[in-house]
Amino acid sequence: MFRHWLIAVGMCCLLGLTSIRNLPAQEADAAPAEATTETSAEAAAVDEETKDAASEPTPATSEEPVEANDEGPDLGSMQPGDPGYSTALMTRLIQLEKTAEEAALPGHNAWMLASSALVLFMTVPGLAMFYGGLVRKKNVLGVVMQCIFLMGVMTVLWGLVGYSLAFGGDNPYIGNLDHALLTGVTMTGGEAPMSGSIPTLTFMVFQGMFFIITPALICGAFAERMKFSTMVVFSIIWGIVIYCPLCHWVWGGGILAFGEDHALAGGALDFAGGTVVHISSGVSALVCALLIGRRLGFGTDDMRPHNLTYTALGAGMLWVGWFGFNAGSELASDGLAANAFVVTHFSAAAGAVSWAMIEWITRGKASVLGAASGAVAGLVCITPAAGFVQPMPALVMGASAGIVCYFACSKLKAAGGYDDSLDAFGVHGVGGTLGAVLTGVFATTQVNPGYANGVFYDPSGGMSVLIGQIVAVLVTFVFSIVGTFIILKILDATMGLRVSQEQETVGLDLSQHGEEGYIFL
Amino acid sequence: MKKIEAIVRHFKLEDVKNALTEHGIHGMTVTEVRGFGRQKGHTEMYRGTEYTVDFVPKVKIEVVCSDGSLQTVVDTILQAAQTGQIGDGKIFVTDLQNSIRIRTGETGEEAL
Repeated sequence: MFRHWLIAVGMCCLLGLTSIRNLPAQEADAAPAEATTETSAEAAAVDEETKDAASEPTPATSEEPVEANDEGPDLGSMQPGDPGYSTALMTRLIQLEKTAEEAALPGHNAWMLASSALVLFMTVPGLAMFYGGLVRKKNVLGVVMQCIFLMGVMTVLWGLVGYSLAFGGDNPYIGNLDHALLTGVTMTGGEAPMSGSIPTLTFMVFQGMFFIITPALICGAFAERMKFSTMVVFSIIWGIVIYCPLCHWVWGGGILAFGEDHALAGGALDFAGGTVVHISSGVSALVCALLIGRRLGFGTDDMRPHNLTYTALGAGMLWVGWFGFNAGSELASDGLAANAFVVTHFSAAAGAVSWAMIEWITRGKASVLGAASGAVAGLVCITPAAGFVQPMPALVMGASAGIVCYFACSKLKAAGGYDDSLDAFGVHGVGGTLGAVLTGVFATTQVNPGYANGVFYDPSGGMSVLIGQIVAVLVTFVFSIVGTFIILKILDATMGLRVSQEQETVGLDLSQHGEEGYIFL
Repeated sequence: MKKIEAIVRHFKLEDVKNALTEHGIHGMTVTEVRGFGRQKGHTEMYRGTEYTVDFVPKVKIEVVCSDGSLQTVVDTILQAAQTGQIGDGKIFVTDLQNSIRIRTGETGEEAL
């Protein structure tokens, strides 16, 4: 009896969820009102209801071609040369084009949903393992928790206001609240800037995955010493105040959008987030590392990575997830997506080889951490360029990222004396900057005819593209540095940034979460 | 009774165990340990940051035997664990007051 009751309650909940989920799409119909009033009905009615809800939108899309066929003269009964033949032919062609587009939509949508899942996979387990392996074992859960909690909190934030602030409205500086609570984010395509034909829901959830991983990348800078509560508040404010405007500037038709009239220096070529994701997080990470200070015992204590096996596996997961990140950023499953996929792979490969090689040459051994870091550096570097460069330049970009980031993480960090614990700045800040600049060098219209050639292909005309890239980098640097600095100063005064010395010595796992990463019984 | 603590190289553990059992030793306790003596540690490099690792990992074998078989046990370990290179380890011998077999309550050498 109890079990039956449970099932009935479960079904009602499911039905409720289904009707809520379908609400935006059905605003015009009267259907949702019926669906919600009947939620208390018996379990038997549930199946029909859910079927109805699911099949509702189908007639709308499948009817169109049928209607279109009925319109206009019948081409089959006409001969070439008949009056009105060319008009009929044109009408038919337009119909066919529309039908073909509709036929391609499931393919695009399938790839985009898969890409969204791939990008989510980058944060946990990808980044969580990559970062988790690099800390001491008393802090492994601290890092994993930062990643997995951000998956939750940033997603909620994205749905409430984040998406709207990033993609709502035409104001070049900041989005609006038109789409707050996902208002108007429906199963229909073409409603958001650059979203193409895929459902706006798909576009929204894909972009939401970027909103998760970007603050998670910053965690590498303050690992092993930041208060969890402050980290959560910081990520929420940072997401709203830094990420959303930047995302709006570059992808929402704002002041860094390529080719927009109001764009600074012509705007930036940023295919998948070189400026929005990597430079913003990397530079903010540096500010974090400088303001929060070094870890206790930095330079004297044994701070070796506690499990490089995790780190290597995490790097592999990031590499795979990045296919969704970059090739998904085409927002369609087409030739350009294939190009983005291939150059992403090539750049990662070249980065892994170059970083490991430079260690091999300078100190006689190629390291696992070097190969893993090099792959990530190559991936970061190709991110803005994925939809603009060819595979051979991608090899050059990846190889240079491996070498430049190696020096950023070893020499630059040592010279600066800051404790960017997991090299969020050294890999993402430096690699992202290098990638943005090299995009202005290697971009070619052979890959993406809608955009421009870089200086490598067009030394005179490409200069403006390169300058646009550099201006975008500088704008992102200044905005991220100033914004992060202010946020951290306020949080330092109100909540405090660091855990106490005692808590830091004990480790974040126990002091912040009351758990241990490893228990051997 | 004597207690022998032998700190040896990891890859010599099997040899030592086999040699001791051949000489009639029925039990021993093995622990993973870290420490240093004359063998210097090594350096490790992570993204350009160098760490000096002073504590070298070794295996500690604890064996208890009668006073009479002490020399045999020590010689056996010595032979089996020796490579002649720095870092072969050490053997420490201490007097042991008593030993008790928990199952039966037997004491002294009978409990070995």
